[in-house]
Amino acid sequence: MAKPRLNWLVPATITGALIPFASIAWRLLRHRLGANPIATALNQIGLLSLIFLCASLSCTPLKIAFTWNWPLRIRRTLGLCAFFSVGLHFLVYLVLDQDLAVLAVARDVLKRPFIAVGFVAFLLLLPLAVTSRKGSVARLGFSRWQLLHRLAYLIGVLAVLHFYLRVKADHTQPILYGLVLGLGFILRGAAKLKKSRDIRLRASSHSAAA
Amino acid sequence: MRSTPPSPPSTEITAPALYARRREFIKSGALFVATSAALGAGLTSLSSLGGADPPLRPGPLPPTINGAAPWHIGKRGQFGTTEAPNSYEEITTYNNYYELGLSKSEPATLGFRIKPHPWTVHVTGEVAEERTLDVDTLIGWFGLEERVYRMRCVEAWSMVIPWLGFPLADLVKRLAPTSRAKYVRFTTLLDPEQLPNQESHVLSWPYVEGLRIDEATNPLAFLALGLYGAPLPGQNGAPLRLVVPWKYGFKGGKSLVEIRFQEHQPETTWSRSAPSEYGFYANVNPAVDHPRWSQATERRIGEFSRRKTLPFNGYAEQVAELYRGMDLARYF
Repeated sequence: MAKPRLNWLVPATITGALIPFASIAWRLLRHRLGANPIATALNQIGLLSLIFLCASLSCTPLKIAFTWNWPLRIRRTLGLCAFFSVGLHFLVYLVLDQDLAVLAVARDVLKRPFIAVGFVAFLLLLPLAVTSRKGSVARLGFSRWQLLHRLAYLIGVLAVLHFYLRVKADHTQPILYGLVLGLGFILRGAAKLKKSRDIRLRASSHSAAA
Repeated sequence: MRSTPPSPPSTEITAPALYARRREFIKSGALFVATSAALGAGLTSLSSLGGADPPLRPGPLPPTINGAAPWHIGKRGQFGTTEAPNSYEEITTYNNYYELGLSKSEPATLGFRIKPHPWTVHVTGEVAEERTLDVDTLIGWFGLEERVYRMRCVEAWSMVIPWLGFPLADLVKRLAPTSRAKYVRFTTLLDPEQLPNQESHVLSWPYVEGLRIDEATNPLAFLALGLYGAPLPGQNGAPLRLVVPWKYGFKGGKSLVEIRFQEHQPETTWSRSAPSEYGFYANVNPAVDHPRWSQATERRIGEFSRRKTLPFNGYAEQVAELYRGMDLARYF
């Protein structure tokens, strides 16, 4: 059987990712976001950001667990969707929720751990988005580029923490997203252990043969 | 004359390579549409979880709203604000009533589960006589007056609500508490049949709130049975709820079944759940922030820009005296 072509996958991911934003914009304009539409839009875009972050961080674990290759083809797209969503989340907070009161927002960022954590995650995403093009890998060198993009793990943890610190009483949702991330980290760790053991085994069998 | 039509020119013949890819093209197109639709639908529903979408199936409205004559309003109360009240829809679809669900919209969907008739309230503790009172008896005693109050939620949003009810002070006076009654405790119904989210343990049920006795007898403190001239819908705390307009909204216990007079300060639900965030007093105070957000401003539901939060929610003239000499940052 011929290898399946997946040239539809990235366009489908981008289109699908834009649908919830279109839905929020549509409901905002049609007054269908409830009595406090700005808070609703802010919360939903925030949750979307976390979903995209967790999804992009789940690509490698999915490959490890099921030996699928297709998740890796949309990892960058999902990461850029997360960046777009986080940026929009911040803009809605700054412009619509806080009426562009930059001083009040700066005070909030410094004073409130939950806002500080979210803001740091947003800042850390910037260098990743800037170096997301293929050319950046060559310019930075793969190992440096990879080291930089490991920040994504930290960003994922900060995003879950931001959500966890925000909710009032029911922590079910942040814990679920944290579990998704945690499971991914465990799979990565296990794969890494196995790889280093395989290398050691091969090395020892080589020396035995010599 | 030719008897057979000419064969098409060779330029119009589909190249075999393209012809062979036709199926692949259709297949890719179908996969593209299916994947983006599924992804879009999944993301939209995941991101709506816990959001504040308007309810899909709003519960039935109280009968008097739909055409029948509204409740007779005995008198217009004092302390009325000239600010425009929020719409009935806003007031009844954007609620915090954790026993009916954690989102703002679920209470409106499930509010019909509360059966407000018949309903009795137990009066217990330091009173001349412990007794059980029917809500209809209370209406008979005090009649109903309208009070248009501001309501400021601890989450930094606010509304203006035309309540219908009677002053709490009138009830306290009639019940004749003893000299040992320093506090009043208000307990919400405990019944997972009517309040389904009491199956969960996000807070300890039943919901308990409390006031100091001098707060309870302040003319502003109010027991509401209706809003906009009709009985309260379930999500707003049917059939009887506390309204304390100079305090954050969570002080207003809903669907009350017990009013207890006692010597000691009651342990209230939110201050028990998160003592560093929610105090017993919970007076609206722009100078004392919630640990996680500022209380300096608020969004009035229906307005685009934020407005400044006023000390005691604009009722300082009536209640500031109650707290003279108290450190309001400590007793938040």
